[in-house]
Amino acid sequence: MASALINVPKRAKRGEIIEIKTLMSHIMETGYRHTATGEVVPRDIITSFVCRYNGVEIFHADLFPAIAANPFITFFTVATESGKFDFEWIGDKGFAETASASILVE
Amino acid sequence: MRKSKHTSRRQFLGLAGGAAVLGGVPIVTVRPVEATPAMLAAAIRNVVGEAPVRIGKVKLDVPPLVENGNTVPMTVSVQNPMTANDYVKSIHVFNEKNPQPNVGNFYLGPHAGRAQISTRIRLADSQKIVAIARLSDDSFWSTSVDVVVTLAACTEEVI
Amino acid sequence: MRSAPTIAVALLLIAADIAASPLSATEIPQAQRRSGYSFMTPDTQAIQDDDTANPGMLWVLDGEALWKSKVGAAGKACADCHDDARVSMKDVAAHYPAFDKTLGRPVNLEQRIDLCRVQHQQATPLAYESRDLLALTAFVAQQSRGAAISTDVDPQLEPFVARGRELFMQRQGQLNLGCTNCHDDNWDKRLAGSAITQAHPTGYPLYRLEWQSLGSLQRRLRSCISGIRAQTYDYGAPELVELELYLMSRARGMPMEAPAVRP
Repeated sequence: MASALINVPKRAKRGEIIEIKTLMSHIMETGYRHTATGEVVPRDIITSFVCRYNGVEIFHADLFPAIAANPFITFFTVATESGKFDFEWIGDKGFAETASASILVE
Repeated sequence: MRKSKHTSRRQFLGLAGGAAVLGGVPIVTVRPVEATPAMLAAAIRNVVGEAPVRIGKVKLDVPPLVENGNTVPMTVSVQNPMTANDYVKSIHVFNEKNPQPNVGNFYLGPHAGRAQISTRIRLADSQKIVAIARLSDDSFWSTSVDVVVTLAACTEEVI
Repeated sequence: MRSAPTIAVALLLIAADIAASPLSATEIPQAQRRSGYSFMTPDTQAIQDDDTANPGMLWVLDGEALWKSKVGAAGKACADCHDDARVSMKDVAAHYPAFDKTLGRPVNLEQRIDLCRVQHQQATPLAYESRDLLALTAFVAQQSRGAAISTDVDPQLEPFVARGRELFMQRQGQLNLGCTNCHDDNWDKRLAGSAITQAHPTGYPLYRLEWQSLGSLQRRLRSCISGIRAQTYDYGAPELVELELYLMSRARGMPMEAPAVRP
């Protein structure tokens, strides 16, 4: 089942600054909601997001309950060489998802 | 002190008893805890320590009147050349009135090319958002914006 | 947090204002019809415009995978009969709700998918608002993107469109409001900070920021009806399908934009 939407340009010039957009399917339950009987709905969020470019970490983020459901995160990086971007989302209840995208740098 | 403890326990039991009588209907309602300015200050101090925080260089792009507090588009950017010697190490975003003061921490480096991130955040009420950037020389720069959040017109209880 | 008394007062004031004036319930003139998209702020519009930023597309991708997966005693996938959805499902959603000969009444897209599952895949029907049904509906509806809505061409649907129109016009609930009072007579005004739209279902199923999830038109109708403090219909009830049919007929010619994003 597809859980992530990634937008990475397919090709870029060496040294060009590119924008990477990511969208991951996740409820991001804050842990501050209650049922009508007063029980807390337990927290269930993505806590960290990492992006690696040909194995080297280029971006990472700590996420808190204030990040909206289905987290959308965009950032920039300099296109240095052709290769692969690897994305990883880690969260509560053992949540761990990965995705990747290739780029051709000329 | 003792008196207030007794009262609150009795109130809690009364609530629980009443709820048990009504029956456990799994309707989820929002009853948020109020954050305090002290929590915000503590969260900022966690990141910044005792270092001075100057105002400037950081830009927070949030709609002044949000369509829906559940999903508020936010862009933070820092005016910076992003070279090997002068770059943005990290950007930290805080809020004033959500139950928890942190929104997100974003870690960059010279390879980022541009110090700008976008995401979507939740805002429980009209409040101030604060963004603090840490530069490569370990100096801190910040900005803040006030955002107005209105609630949805019609509440819905049932899916 | 949600101040029900304040909102109830706001609604009461509008209801009183509407009750005072004669019931001028006329359809919005063609030239003035606007999609709910046009009532949103540019920031929210931007979320819908970008397929890689629109959370509704997550369900479309799920639906694309489900389209190809074999299910049921028949061990068939949608693709086995319908092939490439981009071709076979093109513009289909723009014609729903559609008349079903066997049932002798209109069915909406969700019901059509479940009928197919039961009759042709020998699988159990998917529950309303379940992730799988939303995903399949979103995937099929997205194949109609840009197509002009045309549900009322079939003469067999006429009595049901008329019934739906009655439901849209009737006053109901504790606030004695009909859908038409807000959506025909008071659109572009505001209700407690939110814009009142014309209520055209051009983007369903859609990602609603309030739900933080994709949801169907029936879910939205049920929330609207309970919002005016009236007794809402069950999922799949003929009244909801008739309302859907009338709303689509009222929006004839407008382009489909599923999966849309709305506040």
